[in-house]
Amino acid sequence: MAQPKSKKSKSKTRSRKMSKHGELPIAVPCPECGAPRLTHRVCPSCGMYKGRQVVTIDAGE
Amino acid sequence: MRHRKKTVKLGRTSAHRDALLSGLVCNLIAEKRITTTLAKARAARSMAEKMVTLGKRGTLADRRRAISLLRRKDRVAELFNDIAPGYAGRAGGYTRIIKVGRRMGDNAEQAILEWVDRAAVAPKKSTEENESATTAE
Ligand SMILES: [Zn+2]
Repeated sequence: MAQPKSKKSKSKTRSRKMSKHGELPIAVPCPECGAPRLTHRVCPSCGMYKGRQVVTIDAGE
Repeated sequence: MRHRKKTVKLGRTSAHRDALLSGLVCNLIAEKRITTTLAKARAARSMAEKMVTLGKRGTLADRRRAISLLRRKDRVAELFNDIAPGYAGRAGGYTRIIKVGRRMGDNAEQAILEWVDRAAVAPKKSTEENESATTAE
């Protein structure tokens, strides 16, 4: 049976895997509080969306 | 191809799906806003908008149709008497979906489904709570 001539380098393996890697979601700073937030989502740190309070975030007094 | 596939199945049999959707819409009528998965919110929105359309016309036949779909007379009464009249000047688009982020556990995208122009009660309250919480920090 045919066999691989040599072991694949880490570089070969990793660049193959990276080519299959999906794109990471883009985080943007929240216009209200500046914390990183996903686009078109409620801000997880202040609960604002489009200038409106949508979710109450527990400040954890 | 995606041709003529109108229904979101949500991994359920038709009876299970009908029960789920009527439950979601009844909760939306009672609570004014619900948090659920994005797929369920989109499916429930479609039904909720149709129920408002029935409520705006509000004939006896419309009321009976709404009761048969929502399965709750009290919720239909609230819809027809309180919610639908407020949308007399609006031609569709009675609900809003806001994406919240992914749920811990199964990573499902969560969304808030709420009435347009009507959710003023809950979020206003939360604004005050949030502001007092921020100042307390
Ligand atoms: Zn924020």
